[in-house]
Amino acid sequence: MPNPFDRFNAVPARSGLYDPAHEKDSCGFAMVATTRGFPGHDIISIALSSLRNLEHRGAVGSDAGTGDGAGIQIQIPDRFFRSILPFTLPSQGFYAAGMAFLPLDPTERESEKAHIEEIAASEGLAVLGWREVPTDPTHLGSLALDVIPAFEQLFLADASTTASSIELDRLTFRLRKRAERELGTYFPSLSSRTIVYKGMVTTLQLEPFFPDLSDDRVESTLAVVHSRFSTNTFPSWPLAQPFRYIAHNGEINTINANRNWMRARQSQLSSVLLGDLTSLFPIVTEGASDSASFDEVVELLELAGRSLPHAIMMMVPEAWENDDAMDSTRRDFYRYHSSMMEPWDGPAALAFSDGALAGATLDRNGLRPGRFLVTDDGLVVLASEIGVFDIDPRKVVRKGRLQPGRMFLVDTVNGRIIEDDEIKDSIAASGPWGEWSRDNAIVLKELPWREHIIHTAPSVQRRQRTFGYTEEEVRVLIMPMAQTGSEPIGAMGSDSPVAVLSDRPRLLFDYFTQQFAQVTNPPLDSIREEIVTSLNVGLGPERNLLDATPEHSRQVALTFPVIDNDELAKVVHLQHDGRPVTRTISGLYRIDEGAQAMEQRLAQMCEEVDSALDDGAMFVVLSDRDSNKDFAPIPSLLMLSAIHHHLIRTSRRMQSSLIVEAGDVREVHHVATLVGFGASAINPYLAMETAELLVRSGRIKGITTEEAVANIIYALGKGLLKTMSKMGISTVASYAGAQAFEAVGLSPDVIGRYFTGVTSILGGVTMDIIAEETRRRHELAYGDPSTFHEVLPVGGEYAWRREGPPHLFNPETVFKLQHATREKRYDIFRDYTRAVDEQAERLMTLRGLFRFSGDRTPVPLQEVESAHDIIQRFSTGAMSFGAISHEMHETLAIAMNRLGARSNTGEGGESVERLLDPERRSAIKQVASGRFGVTSMYLTHADDIQIKMAQGAKPGEGGQLPSNKVYPWIARTRMGTPGVGLISPPPHHDIYSIEDLKQLVYDLKRSNPAARIHVKLVSEAGVGTVAAGVAKSKADVILISGHDGGTGASPLSSLKHAGTPWELGLAEAQQTLMLNDMRGRIVLQVDGQMKTGRDVVIAALLGAEEFGFATAPMVVSGCIMMRVCHLDTCPVGVATQNPLLRERFTGKPEFVETFFEYIAEEVREILASLGFRTLEEAIGRREILDVDRAVNHWKTEGLNLSAVLDGPVFAESAPRFNVSQQDHQLDDHIDHTFIRDAAVSLSDSVPVKLFADVRNTDRAIGTMLGHYVTKAHGEIGLEPNTIDISLSGSAGQSLGAFVPRGITLRLIGDSNDYVGKGLSGGRIVLRQPPESPFPSNTNIIAGNVVGYGATSGEMFIAGVVGERFAVRNSGATAVVEGVGDHALEYMTGGVALILGTTGRNIGAGMSGGYAYVVDLDRASVNQAALQSGELELTPLSDDDAESVRDLLETHVNETGSRYASHLLDDWSVTRDRITAITPRDFRKVTIIRNAALDAGTDPDGEEVWGQIMEVTGG
Amino acid sequence: MADPRGFLKTTERETPARRPVSIRLRDWKEVYAERESGQIERQAGRCMDCGVAFCHQGCPLGNLIPEFNDLVHRDEWKSAIERLHSTNNFPEFTGRLCPAPCESSCVLAINQPAVTIKQSELAIIDTAWEKGYVNPVLPDRLTGKTIAIVGSGPAGLAAAQQLTRVGHTVAVYERDDQVGGLLRYGIPDFKMEKKHIDRRIEQMREEGTRFRTGVTIGVDVTWPELHERYDAVIVATGAPVGRDLPIKGRELSGIHFAMDYLVPSNRVVAGESPIDHIDVAEKNVIILGGGDTGADCLGTALRQGALSVTTLAIGQQPPLERPAAQPWPMHPNLFEVQSAHEEGGERTYLASTVEFVGNDRGELTGLVVAETEFVDGARRPKSGSERTIPADVVLLALGYTGIESDAIVNQIQLDLSSRGTIARNRDYDTNIPGVFVAGDAGRGASLIVWAIAEGRAAAARADEYLRGRTTLPSPVSAHDAPIHF
Repeated sequence: MPNPFDRFNAVPARSGLYDPAHEKDSCGFAMVATTRGFPGHDIISIALSSLRNLEHRGAVGSDAGTGDGAGIQIQIPDRFFRSILPFTLPSQGFYAAGMAFLPLDPTERESEKAHIEEIAASEGLAVLGWREVPTDPTHLGSLALDVIPAFEQLFLADASTTASSIELDRLTFRLRKRAERELGTYFPSLSSRTIVYKGMVTTLQLEPFFPDLSDDRVESTLAVVHSRFSTNTFPSWPLAQPFRYIAHNGEINTINANRNWMRARQSQLSSVLLGDLTSLFPIVTEGASDSASFDEVVELLELAGRSLPHAIMMMVPEAWENDDAMDSTRRDFYRYHSSMMEPWDGPAALAFSDGALAGATLDRNGLRPGRFLVTDDGLVVLASEIGVFDIDPRKVVRKGRLQPGRMFLVDTVNGRIIEDDEIKDSIAASGPWGEWSRDNAIVLKELPWREHIIHTAPSVQRRQRTFGYTEEEVRVLIMPMAQTGSEPIGAMGSDSPVAVLSDRPRLLFDYFTQQFAQVTNPPLDSIREEIVTSLNVGLGPERNLLDATPEHSRQVALTFPVIDNDELAKVVHLQHDGRPVTRTISGLYRIDEGAQAMEQRLAQMCEEVDSALDDGAMFVVLSDRDSNKDFAPIPSLLMLSAIHHHLIRTSRRMQSSLIVEAGDVREVHHVATLVGFGASAINPYLAMETAELLVRSGRIKGITTEEAVANIIYALGKGLLKTMSKMGISTVASYAGAQAFEAVGLSPDVIGRYFTGVTSILGGVTMDIIAEETRRRHELAYGDPSTFHEVLPVGGEYAWRREGPPHLFNPETVFKLQHATREKRYDIFRDYTRAVDEQAERLMTLRGLFRFSGDRTPVPLQEVESAHDIIQRFSTGAMSFGAISHEMHETLAIAMNRLGARSNTGEGGESVERLLDPERRSAIKQVASGRFGVTSMYLTHADDIQIKMAQGAKPGEGGQLPSNKVYPWIARTRMGTPGVGLISPPPHHDIYSIEDLKQLVYDLKRSNPAARIHVKLVSEAGVGTVAAGVAKSKADVILISGHDGGTGASPLSSLKHAGTPWELGLAEAQQTLMLNDMRGRIVLQVDGQMKTGRDVVIAALLGAEEFGFATAPMVVSGCIMMRVCHLDTCPVGVATQNPLLRERFTGKPEFVETFFEYIAEEVREILASLGFRTLEEAIGRREILDVDRAVNHWKTEGLNLSAVLDGPVFAESAPRFNVSQQDHQLDDHIDHTFIRDAAVSLSDSVPVKLFADVRNTDRAIGTMLGHYVTKAHGEIGLEPNTIDISLSGSAGQSLGAFVPRGITLRLIGDSNDYVGKGLSGGRIVLRQPPESPFPSNTNIIAGNVVGYGATSGEMFIAGVVGERFAVRNSGATAVVEGVGDHALEYMTGGVALILGTTGRNIGAGMSGGYAYVVDLDRASVNQAALQSGELELTPLSDDDAESVRDLLETHVNETGSRYASHLLDDWSVTRDRITAITPRDFRKVTIIRNAALDAGTDPDGEEVWGQIMEVTGG
Repeated sequence: MADPRGFLKTTERETPARRPVSIRLRDWKEVYAERESGQIERQAGRCMDCGVAFCHQGCPLGNLIPEFNDLVHRDEWKSAIERLHSTNNFPEFTGRLCPAPCESSCVLAINQPAVTIKQSELAIIDTAWEKGYVNPVLPDRLTGKTIAIVGSGPAGLAAAQQLTRVGHTVAVYERDDQVGGLLRYGIPDFKMEKKHIDRRIEQMREEGTRFRTGVTIGVDVTWPELHERYDAVIVATGAPVGRDLPIKGRELSGIHFAMDYLVPSNRVVAGESPIDHIDVAEKNVIILGGGDTGADCLGTALRQGALSVTTLAIGQQPPLERPAAQPWPMHPNLFEVQSAHEEGGERTYLASTVEFVGNDRGELTGLVVAETEFVDGARRPKSGSERTIPADVVLLALGYTGIESDAIVNQIQLDLSSRGTIARNRDYDTNIPGVFVAGDAGRGASLIVWAIAEGRAAAARADEYLRGRTTLPSPVSAHDAPIHF
């Protein structure tokens, strides 16, 4: 079938590891509308002008002239068309118009047009005429020009001349869809109401390219503009935005599920209004972007009869599930519609218009910015940023922001703004949703209970063997879950083989690795921001999406996707009209007939499901119960996915829900894969029976069997939530069927038949092998009676055991590595590397499959570059001081400094004394989501600054330093409280999208222009695309980490099941960067279980030029892989803060130096043997690698590494490694004038006062100046206000980021996101212009994420700010007059005074500092923290009152806020209105330490530490 | 693991007390007193459940040490014995006799006293016997295959038990009148009382293993006959030939190989009256060799009432602490105070015996010993440092040189290795199909854990040979060695 998205683009086909399906984009947009009631060209001018000021949110490709795309949507310019067209138009609304992208070749074009006209005729449309659209390609880039289409506008009317407006659009919709399907024609729009002009242009080029847009006769009351940032440099005309209804900034994380479900529900679709839809399918076109797919569904819903706001509410519902405060009618609306469609979830700001209404909304979590202003003459400008259009402040009557889940709507026909509540209340009241739900929904709790069945111990044990349970799994996975209800935690990386390389039977689940969000979309914080998540599931059939009936509600409402046996029994016994509606289908097959029997049984199961559906079954239970000697269970994931895809193929998927009753399910990953492949509910019966048995046999004490089962279910469910969160998906409904996994080691045949659509780069095992794995497990239960002992197999996946899987680090390799480096014995070192390399070749790693080939002549060793030169390319991994001991950390730093290589601070900051010590400093300073100790000083003294987007051991997750490891010296460096745990959030709260990363790179580069900026990514399918986007974001270095990297603490399911080996990610990054012609700008680093010279050379051949090592140098220093870093019990003093244990540390820098010298020496030897004189010559020479067919076992037959080794072909001259620099445009920064004008302050501390006008394109104001202040004046900076800068206008993002003490920024106007990010002692004052007519406490003045990671300094903000105020503030003082959701999250220190309204979820994860809020609503505080007592709400004490009053006075003095001034005037009343929010542990620890100080004892001493541990429970 | 901080709470290593020397010298019973209640649970709690369990590597059997320590700590004795028996057929032997290389490689031992792993093992099996957890494990059905095992030491017994349990019909041949090999008559009762062997043999009999004592293969039944009568043969005859010291005066009476002394002594303890019994009461005894056998001779001689017992070792006194050349986790050669050493006697190091001195009746009266000096790495007596020590009896405990090979080589032409043991590949195959070798007969004199491990592994190989595949565990290959660099 022709596809419009295949045309007019230069996106390469899939090749090697590059897959265009991974491409992402994100952007900025603006919407302009007027309530004055008549259209004008001015609206278009304002929109285009706004667009030009969003340029920095977009991007340009490798060829500077080619933008990623821009466009505009406006009303049909009737006056313009009427005056220029040679043919007559019917009256407005009775004709439709739209631009088509047509072939340049005249013959082809005419033929295509003729076909279009034929379709039009058959759909009852009359073609009025065509118009060639004038364009001016003068400034277009060559890449865009290469694939440019011809532009012609088509004009149509209803052949019977009756249909107008939306009715006419229903006809043109049919025409357009058919033209897309039959001809591949792309129409940006084809409507009687709106028209879109868009293309592969930059924001600046749009208007000149389409001269129509400059014509005064082109008029509208509304306009939506968009600027695109794509992760690639390949132009694609159809993918520019806006689309027909929407413009989108962000990313739909759930897009896979949404597309799959749309495809599945197509068969149910029917609409009287739209006629027979089958010729228009698929609704969602292949190859489109997430935004384009969203648009196609909005369009369908709108044309089928729902209003545009109604459609948007269905697709992007607010977080209603946990919001008890929400109006019940509205909740009913959402509940009812949740039975029809899962949320389209992800960071999304959406602007939309149907030609009459123009609006915008945000995702439920508010992860994108949106700001608006309203003038006294009815103009509304809404954009990703404030300040995109200059307006006299006196005319502005209102400034606001888009809020999470909220809608903002302008009705241009009736001339008014409709507020969120009004529009939603009216839509919520438009149907009896609540009544329908209540009458029809089935609630399990209300069904009669059934008798619980208890299985005997031998039965449980027999089945444990059948499903391959090991003793280790019972002990390490199930016991902790059953005891505590939480997921088990482990430490250090995974160094055992992935499933396909393991020569033992593995569960099918193990062949799938979890995808996770990095850079282009954020992971969520499922713990601290739980309010936006939902585990609700509706079980049962779905009905026609385009209709609404009571029947739609007939579903079982589950609040948790994991159900116990009794709940399952209830579902199984459900009846409707006296007939059972649940069918259980058995997933067993004859074990002795192998794969064939398994496949036959799967086919039969499909038939049985079909007949069940024919009989009206609403619920299908797929069960592997009752296996016996002859019949073995089919892997549950296989039977589920087989049925799921069968039903999708036969278009019956929506007729029932699939429930899995499975014995093999026992960890979070298993539940996640089942839900991801379409299960609605899971009954892990054997895991629960195992837990019951553990209690009955006394191995678990102190809880009942019921509690143990409840704990298992809770742990699995919460773990699922966390797994979803890693992908940035907040509801189970949208995770179900999303297939957010990639396969490592499954054959194309298995994927194609049973796991359609899943990426499986390497090929791998067939059904025969899957059956053989099952057979081997089955044999353990029913085979030879040689297993005399009743115990299960030992395991050995999480800790090395002889009979378990091999581990790269085992007693022999650890011993030899330690001995070799300690005794300086290169011969033993070679024994070590030989042992590791041989193990690798025994198929423990992908690189083990490679061998060096080629016919290059070896060179003499002495001609190869020196070990010293090679060592310059080495660094140690990011391990924080906190995770590892002071001794370990310094040992690495000293060794690397002596070698001229680089160590990494990790995310724990660095003490100033080390920072300034050339021997003990770490050259690489990491910036992670916790921003611990990230100050101007820290950044200024970095050689490299590394942004950690993800960590190999637990991509998509944050970290936690437990309270017992936060010793006083750690607390000082991280600016926390001793004895109070420190959390790193899963996302960087200033990176929710690729353009945000670009902004952080921008900020950090200005915080230290000399430092290289790294971005650390984790290998997964699509990481190449992300890397290309990161390269466009102007990072200097990209680090690809393998999935197996180490960690101080991580949930075991992440350690084992997320990410892929670096071999894949690195090769993909290299190929994709080269395809995009961006490789030369970037340095590519790799790390993850690097252990030998061979590892280094293989990485170089695959494209890496720098190499990181972490575990190996730790082992050199004494680490013996205890894997207890998280417990603070490391017995060799490596990963502990316990002083007693630290004394046992035996590492020395010399040992580490020896290690790197030996590695480099080995690299030299291999290079010599391969005929390379330098490592550089070897980089990217993948042709030297070949697959060693000699290494093989029963499972590896089907592996195919050609994607890694072959891939796209490049010119010999194409750069394979870094050859040039990024253009950081440092010279353009506004700070240069300040640096010049403040020269006397920098040199002699003389105070200066400076002035400047600013606009939104002036970003990170003060940051570079701050760098020079810090450089000259060190940690203390200058006296406050020494450099006093007054600014006027709308400041760009990151105003005052990292500014140190001595700098004051006073802005009159307003500012965008990230004000005071990482504030390091400076002062920031924000106020509205005095002439502004509106009150400061109800209008927005600064954007989201203000004061993130601030460490000291002051902010006085006379106005309201957006979401996530003062997140992870650790020492700054901030006053503000109103905040959005999630304020004070993770705050660990400092002071916040909030004088006005707040959003939801205040203080989530807040563990330190002082916060005061006027008129605090208890319900808006994080409920978990309140219930557990972690946060205490109290009236002001006298001491507090005094300091708060002082602060308020300063605020009034600095900002002149009239609102604050009133509060001060009424101080006695105000005081009573203020509530103090205090973290309990922080308060207790502060009391203890102060008492110690008073008593003259050492607050950092052992005695006080003991007291602290007692109160914080560490 | 029950308590990750256990090793920080319990920092002292505690082992069961030995009975007072004066009392234990009066009997032949085991030297250890009753276990103190709670001690072993506490000690097992020091186990750190390491990510890389070096102890588990250090043990040739691959004992699941972290697992059983945890179970001991939690008082779960039944699970503990199941776990322990899954890797070790005879923990009651190893728990008493093994020098515990596991403890040498214990991670805690890097900087703290090692976990008392051996005591955990012993406590588990003793408790299991006490509580009746040790029962015969009967095969579901028999394979119809027959196997002869020659030698009833730990290797032979382990192989026999494994093979019997998978359904083979196993006959164990022993030339002595009682089963046990070295365990039975080589080891004095004060180290291990013989009831432990009897109890285990009883279990094996009930499982179906057949024992044929008093049958010498090669004499009563020839090797070819044996090979013909059975589907497979496992040779586990040990390496009992002692190292001699052929110097001047060796022919004097009163000079004995240690085994020639120990075996009859142990028979006497067992209530027999062997004709070759050597009683050293009221005699001056010199033991040549500072190893385990020497210590066994020492304890035996002291109990017999020797006038004096002197142990002469040619080498240096081993260090008290781990030497740099034997880094953790290697099993170091350390100065050891075995129970016998506590009981009396004198230990002299760097003593090179130059000649034995006798009277004209051909009886030993003393020996001439010189200080050892090292020249080019070789040890030799330092001239001029000779002195004479009076001696009535000299016991040669200088190690073992190999197997008694005549019959095997002559009758079925088994290849021998350069070390005088039976040659074999990694999988315990000899040069004759269907004949396997396990234990000291293949490895040379070694530790009891190696013998049991080899017995288990050779059983797996024999099972595979007979049935084409096996599910029996194979903890070590025939060529495995302790960790070294």
